[in-house]
Amino acid sequence: MATKLKEVDVVIVGLGWTGGILAKELTEAGLKVVALERGAPRSSENDYSLPNIRDELRYVVRHDLMQNTARDTITVRNNPKQQALPMRRLGSFLPGEVVGGSGVHWSGHTWRWTDMEFKVRSNYEERYGKKFIPDDMTIQDWGISYAELEPYYDKFEYTAAVSGKAGNIAGQILAGGNPFEAPRKRDYPLPPLTPILASEMFTDAARNAGYHPFPRPSANASQPYTNPDGAKFGGCQYCGYCQRFGCEANAKGSPHMTVIPIAMRNPNFELRTHSWVTRVLKDSDGKRVTGVTYTNVLNGEEFEQPAAIVLLCAYAINNVHLMLLSGIGAPYDPVAQKGVVGRNYCYQTGAGATLFFDGKYFNPFMNAGGSNATIDDFSTNWAFDRAPHDFVGGYNVSGGFNTALPIGYRPVPSGTPQWGSDRKRATSKWYQTAMVINASGSVMANRYNCYDLDPTYRNAFGQPLMRMTFDYQDNEHKMGRHAAGVVNDIAKSMNPTKLNPAAARTDPWTVVPYQSTHNTGGTIMGTNPRDSVVNKYLQSWNCHNLFVVGANVFPHNSSYNPTGPVGALAYWTADAIKNRYVKNPGPLVPA
Amino acid sequence: MKEPGLDRRDFIKGAVVGAAAAGGTATLAAPDIAQAEPAAQAPVAAPQAGYAFLNLDEAAFVEALVDHMVPADEISPKGTDLGVNIYIDRALAGAWGKGERLYMQGPWKPGSPSQGYQLPLTPAQLYRAGIEATNAHCRKAYGKSFDRIEAAQREEVLIGLSTGKIAFDNGPPVRVFWTTLYQTVVEGIYSDPIYGGNRDKAGWAIIGFPGIIAVHRDHVEKYRGKPFPSKPLGISDMS
Repeated sequence: MATKLKEVDVVIVGLGWTGGILAKELTEAGLKVVALERGAPRSSENDYSLPNIRDELRYVVRHDLMQNTARDTITVRNNPKQQALPMRRLGSFLPGEVVGGSGVHWSGHTWRWTDMEFKVRSNYEERYGKKFIPDDMTIQDWGISYAELEPYYDKFEYTAAVSGKAGNIAGQILAGGNPFEAPRKRDYPLPPLTPILASEMFTDAARNAGYHPFPRPSANASQPYTNPDGAKFGGCQYCGYCQRFGCEANAKGSPHMTVIPIAMRNPNFELRTHSWVTRVLKDSDGKRVTGVTYTNVLNGEEFEQPAAIVLLCAYAINNVHLMLLSGIGAPYDPVAQKGVVGRNYCYQTGAGATLFFDGKYFNPFMNAGGSNATIDDFSTNWAFDRAPHDFVGGYNVSGGFNTALPIGYRPVPSGTPQWGSDRKRATSKWYQTAMVINASGSVMANRYNCYDLDPTYRNAFGQPLMRMTFDYQDNEHKMGRHAAGVVNDIAKSMNPTKLNPAAARTDPWTVVPYQSTHNTGGTIMGTNPRDSVVNKYLQSWNCHNLFVVGANVFPHNSSYNPTGPVGALAYWTADAIKNRYVKNPGPLVPA
Repeated sequence: MKEPGLDRRDFIKGAVVGAAAAGGTATLAAPDIAQAEPAAQAPVAAPQAGYAFLNLDEAAFVEALVDHMVPADEISPKGTDLGVNIYIDRALAGAWGKGERLYMQGPWKPGSPSQGYQLPLTPAQLYRAGIEATNAHCRKAYGKSFDRIEAAQREEVLIGLSTGKIAFDNGPPVRVFWTTLYQTVVEGIYSDPIYGGNRDKAGWAIIGFPGIIAVHRDHVEKYRGKPFPSKPLGISDMS
């Protein structure tokens, strides 16, 4: 029997970026907040310090900061005809499992998604006609606008120490920034990082090709910085251990060194680590939630934590899982196309080339999340006509490195033997003298790509695993071919000694190797309860005191990293709760 | 090449038999073996010798494998001198080898390659079964186990494993075994020396990787387009 605890104002499930932001904002507004985090408490001083943090085997290969799949995982399949099987270890994506969540091990790329995404269906229908969008492509408008989110993007960028160069301040296009970005009220808090050679060469080549390269905006402080909340950042050391690692210099904007410690100092806040939430509880008529049940994984004890407001702030996949396990909202059925929870799961795609330059030293071990250059000419650039290429969405292209450590990154020209002295000679020759150009592409929602509960496999708590059904569609294949063409044209113009060209992927999505921790959808936001799970304030249509925060609310996935809108939406939701909901609890949008 | 004749395994087996005949136990053989190791094989900064997981056949297989895949040449010492065999042994003996973080609940189905690892085996069990199956193949094809065949035959076996031309009777899928084998050899060359491989950071020296150096802030511009003068540092060097 679960021990019933005293009711609190707010219970937060998962303490990463979104949970941390909401914990800080709501405790400052005077609410009593308890956060339940499945992982352990870890700090920069004690856990992410030198020399032990510089361990590729432990953090990259063995996933030290990530979800433990022995305890809970998902099952995967490419289409509803297949039997889903458990993802027995992590691969394609890496949800975090510590205080700070995936915000500890991200590399900091921070983008502002625009009305190109938020009004995706309207935009394409208006320009290209209804028939341009395939019948099984279930994209829809998000019900929110860039103008509404702008102040919250700004807030997140200043909290997380994003370094970059504005391309559009209040409508004025600025040289050196991204000319396709939506207008921002002010520049980034910090100037861009110092470019590495690969980034400079890519920039020159892209510019010569007529594109518009700019430094990739990233939460890697280009110089020491104190954010508006007083959190102190060191300057980025370009150490090359960014993605998958906690930052020893506190230069990477992370919740464990910004919003979470501020919440921790507030007497209104309590953090309980090692607390695994198993269910959200509903009241008898299903109109409100009453709290959550959780297990203390250090001793197996079960608790019920009643709360006036429940915020799901776990990783995107786990938020959807909790909604399905708790029976909140109608589960989605891809065959009948009925129900909403689990709908519009999306991922990302890409294509990459490796360029080998005899005698040119790129020093791939010196980099940071933001030391690359990017072009946005094929993503937010609406002037790029999709009609001749027949795809919806887009991709961005970057040149440079991001965590090019030797177990995982040892480029050799195609055709090099896999072992022996020739392999060693090629590895020795090219590790430092190669660079990469990568395209990262959007994935549009499709009726068959979704989540539901697996009928066979269970987690350590005896609950059904979540089942993911996903594959790329023709739309992504067409885009992939276009992206590979652009990448290869840029690469060839740089005249490398040897080139491993980019190729569009043609095979099904696979659970190995790593691709990106950018899983979106499942509990999507929208304008009405028939085709979405939450409203524009991320409030459940079914239970008005439940908010579901994270990339799980994105109705489709763009080519960009998701953390910018994830952070902005967390601040936006915090404001809606503080300023409106607590004064008058009830639906913030009429259903 | 040297005739693969009497090796340490034969010696150990002989010693065990001898010890047993003399009323001793197998464990008594260990100190003798340490003395019997040819001194030329042992570099100065060798980690603790001896195996925590691999049995004699497996140790012979792994040593032959890593020396074939990573031969001594102008770039680096050979695999066993880099400690790749020690790395593999410790990895298999440790938490990873025993299936830490691996979801191990059935039912077990082969699945499609896109569904990833689906065997009811821990990495250590997979390694054991794969070595046994590879040796069975070698005995069938060449009359000897992998560690005793000629270099050209070893090459043929590795090509067979890596391309899937070899299929194991009743063993694990060759593709899965090879992927694991290959990945662990790479890890043994390039992971931090605290794990037993990359001895003297000679793996990192192959590629000029500077190791765990803390700060490159001033190096980005100073060494842009120029080789970085690398004397690699590992975790032990800074502990």
